[in-house]
Amino acid sequence: MSDLKTLEATLMAEIEAAGDEAAIEAVRVSALGKKGSISERLKTLGSMSPEERQQAGPAINGLKTRVTDAISTRKAALRDVAIEARLAAEKLDVTLPVRQSPAERGRIHPISQVIDEITAIFADMGFSVAEGPDIETDHYNFTALNFPEGHPAREMHDTFFFPPDETGERKLLRTHTSPVQIRTMEVQEPPIRIVIPGKTYRQDSDATHTPMFHQVEGLVIDKTANVANMRWVLEEFCKAYFEVPSVKMRFRPSFFPFTEPSLEVDIQCDRSKPGEVRFGEGNDWMEILGCGMVHPNVLRFAGLDPDVYQGFAWGMGIDRIAMLKYGMPDLRAFFDADVRWLQHYGFRPLDMPTLFAGLSA
Amino acid sequence: MKFTLSWLKEHLETDASLDQIVEKLTMIGLEVESVDDKAALKPFVIARVLTAEKHPDADKLRVLSVDTGSGDPVQVVCGAPNARAGLVGAFAAPGTYVPGIDTTLSVGNIRGVESRGMMCSERELMLSDEHDGIIDIVGDAPVGTPFATWAGLDDPVIEIGLTPNRPDATGVYGIARDLAAAGLGMLKDGAVAPVSGQGPCPVKVTIEAPDLCPGFALRLVRGVKNGPSPKWLQQRLLAIGLRPINALVDITNYITFDRGRPLHVFDAAKVKGNLVVRHARNGEKVLGLDEREYELTSEMCAIADENGVESIAGIMGGEHSGCDENTTDVLIESALWNPMVTAKTGRELGIVTDARYRFERGVDPEFMVPGLELATRMVVELCGGEPSEAEVVGYEGYTPNTVSLPLAEVERLTGLDVPRAESLSILQRLGFTPSGEGDTVEVFVPSWRPDIEGKADLVEEVMRIHGVDEIAPQPLPAHNTVNGKVLTTLQNRTRAARRALAVRGMMEAVTWSFIPHEHAKLFGGGARALQLANPIAADMSDMRPSLLPGLIAAAQRNADRGFADVALFEVSGAYEGDHPEGQRRLAAGVRRGTARMEGQGRHWAGNAGNVGVYDAKADAIAVLEACGAPVDKLMVEAGGPDWYHPGRSGSIKLGPKVVLATFGEFHPRALETLDVSGPLCGFEVFVDAIPEPKAKATRTKPRLDISPFQAVKRDFAFVVGREVEAQTLVKAAAGADKKLITGVRVFDVFEGASLGADKKSVAIEVSIQPTDKTLTDEDFEALAARIVENVGKQTGGELRA
Repeated sequence: MSDLKTLEATLMAEIEAAGDEAAIEAVRVSALGKKGSISERLKTLGSMSPEERQQAGPAINGLKTRVTDAISTRKAALRDVAIEARLAAEKLDVTLPVRQSPAERGRIHPISQVIDEITAIFADMGFSVAEGPDIETDHYNFTALNFPEGHPAREMHDTFFFPPDETGERKLLRTHTSPVQIRTMEVQEPPIRIVIPGKTYRQDSDATHTPMFHQVEGLVIDKTANVANMRWVLEEFCKAYFEVPSVKMRFRPSFFPFTEPSLEVDIQCDRSKPGEVRFGEGNDWMEILGCGMVHPNVLRFAGLDPDVYQGFAWGMGIDRIAMLKYGMPDLRAFFDADVRWLQHYGFRPLDMPTLFAGLSA
Repeated sequence: MKFTLSWLKEHLETDASLDQIVEKLTMIGLEVESVDDKAALKPFVIARVLTAEKHPDADKLRVLSVDTGSGDPVQVVCGAPNARAGLVGAFAAPGTYVPGIDTTLSVGNIRGVESRGMMCSERELMLSDEHDGIIDIVGDAPVGTPFATWAGLDDPVIEIGLTPNRPDATGVYGIARDLAAAGLGMLKDGAVAPVSGQGPCPVKVTIEAPDLCPGFALRLVRGVKNGPSPKWLQQRLLAIGLRPINALVDITNYITFDRGRPLHVFDAAKVKGNLVVRHARNGEKVLGLDEREYELTSEMCAIADENGVESIAGIMGGEHSGCDENTTDVLIESALWNPMVTAKTGRELGIVTDARYRFERGVDPEFMVPGLELATRMVVELCGGEPSEAEVVGYEGYTPNTVSLPLAEVERLTGLDVPRAESLSILQRLGFTPSGEGDTVEVFVPSWRPDIEGKADLVEEVMRIHGVDEIAPQPLPAHNTVNGKVLTTLQNRTRAARRALAVRGMMEAVTWSFIPHEHAKLFGGGARALQLANPIAADMSDMRPSLLPGLIAAAQRNADRGFADVALFEVSGAYEGDHPEGQRRLAAGVRRGTARMEGQGRHWAGNAGNVGVYDAKADAIAVLEACGAPVDKLMVEAGGPDWYHPGRSGSIKLGPKVVLATFGEFHPRALETLDVSGPLCGFEVFVDAIPEPKAKATRTKPRLDISPFQAVKRDFAFVVGREVEAQTLVKAAAGADKKLITGVRVFDVFEGASLGADKKSVAIEVSIQPTDKTLTDEDFEALAARIVENVGKQTGGELRA
């Protein structure tokens, strides 16, 4: 029996000494393989007397079990060590920068974003969006909007003209989005609720004027719409657009050929901090839009009876309200395509303005 | 329109403060643009020079001892030639801001002599351009009192931005009338008593052009003495920015602003014979009072005598017959001029005057004669002289315009419930005459309100005087339904194109609609009908036929600033013609340098290569997909318009005719004309050419059948001629079995000597999806044979050995 003890001690020492999976496998084969030291001893059981076997059987089998267990324990430990070693060897520098997603690099121009904001707000109030051509006729840009021929109000528009055609008519670049009022009324029966965003052109150039700029026009025509409704629409719009709980607006009588009565609207704001405008507070008034009841002559030009139909219209500068909300200091930069400006003032493509998620939040 | 507070109070009896007046003006539609309360002049005090000694170290400087009225005399070093003992002028102490030199004074040391302040010139106080010497007050002036108060210069100046419909407010009197109507005081009587003249006016007037001149009044005043006008008059003119000239001219300017009634004075000695009002002759010349020569046309109106044209009617008098200090007999003209003709003449001659400003808006015809009387009174009062009777020709009197006003109209248009009595009272206070007892009243319009044409105009009058603030916001009635489709297909596609391109790492630019002529020509534009007649700059002359030239130029500007790798796009209009249909909706983009979608520039994991035709193609397809174009039906054709590289560009077509997009690298000659450098690629998608989606009765998507059998992939490599297009090969392979083959992907293209000249190898991966059974080896072999056969037939290609 003492040789079994010796064998066990030897095997256990070999198991303990095995440094890798190959070594432990070699120990297993030498002990438990076909010709292994323990297998050989098990074979001797058959030639033993029952008494001898009764004693030697459990001893040898017990040894087998202990050695088998020890080997598998050792094997598991060695596998763990091997995995650790591999993982250690596979370590990478995760601080190396990865490429930015293109969706994070791309930008939507503030003008497009603000048009989407305006669309979201007015869609909620039951408006749809109308558009019209940039190159207009004198009729749609002036005459049908009640600008009499030769009237000084025409001159105030600093119009870009094209050369006269063979009939003597000269086209022009629209000076406001108002021609689309006429184009819409000509083809659509009231009730009408539309907003008209688009490009407009005047011969003007300084920090707050560019020869091309963007306006959004609104038009409501039905049988009851009045100045009180107009006040409500414009105040609701300003609150929603500037994302403030309340705004104070000042409606002042003014003059536009295509509205009567006509009003200009100032919005109360705080401009005490340079480069920043806050709405809904402060002591300054800032002019933000012009509006009024659609002039009876304009309704007539569009084929509507001014004693039956009535309504209001307004217009404001998209670029200007973008500057007011987002703080760009110079209008000219809107059209320069400087990627630093676009990166800074532009919007990420997946930031879509909605009322349910907040326009800019 | 500028005026001073004291001037306003000459016509308006009021206790209202400056702030109240300013607030009210704005709220009744006479928007106050600025108020100058002259606070800047407050620190300047009247001071007397006690002694003036020559500066020890400078010939042209004097050392003054000045009594400022407080404490000991102060020492001032002064270089003015008129500085002398006894002079009384305006003194500024150290710490005072002097507006004319934009400097805040400090105690100075001038060549070793201390100077504690400054004796000022008129220019330094910004009172005039006078700078030949310091202010030298003639007469009594109390030392120590504020100079501005003594001189009457502390009168606040109010400037209103006048809308073109309010000629009545081009005079202080009209502004006072509006304020009185709005409850801010009492309007004083502005009636002018006629002057009884001696004998008829010796100069007669003939109106040969009654269409241009509906009335003309003239009077001679003999024996006047023309010199500087009195101080009060000069100060009023100076306060509103007018230069006093002489009493006769100053009187006409004063009445222009006081009553909105422009006048003209001729030196009678220089007028030869009688006056004729007529159309000017083409090419007729006149030297204006501004000493510039003007050439007239037959559409303009002239006042002429036997010498020729003496005045451009309603706009500017002539230099030849102008009044100066030698004038003894003066002809005063008060006339009416056609507003349109005045506006057109002024515009064509480029003359902006206070007279034109008023005549083109329409002056009060009923004040033509009173204006002459008022002017005569002032001339006689200030210059003496003997007036003749007035010669009045052409004027047929004012027939009031009448407007029927249903009183309910105010509420219908504004939502304001104004009591009948108040509506009528407002109109009366403004000078209207309402009559009638019923729900509709007849309203006579006063002669000074040519802007009032209909009932909406009267509603505005009631609204603005009653108070716009009284209108409470009323919600617009809801439609009581969820708003339907707000955007059209084109509008939705425009938005989708923008977001799709931005998601590909591009930045949206908004560039000018007008581009240089050469650029327009290069991109297929430049037609005369699309060239601006009056561009704001030479390089903004032509409506763009394409968005690409603007974007390419923008990319180059960025490169010049040090940003060589940029990806820009724009979704906007381009112009094929001057009619509405000629305006196309395009989505275009350019990539420069290494600005590829995956990233740009160098990177430790792999550098980005230069952009090229395939980047532009991917962008174009992304736009088409985002816009819902039938992408599976589109064909790509090699080549594009002239501005592209002929071998590295393509067109995406729907059917043989409809081009939906072009893409590619650019032609080197195009880049040369644009004066830009690459690498550059770009694309343009005709968003408005994508067909409308078919209207569908249901939103249900077609049933999806998912095969239970394993999908497999097989690779093939074909050797084909170099000219064979990949699109042909892919279609041939896919066509071998349209049911089993679900996709064909080109995964390698190789050209090499081993293949032979003019040959290339194209390797494809074919995706196969069995639907009703697992395919056997024989099935695959049969399918592979069909693929090889089909490709061979379509391309002449053979399986690579």
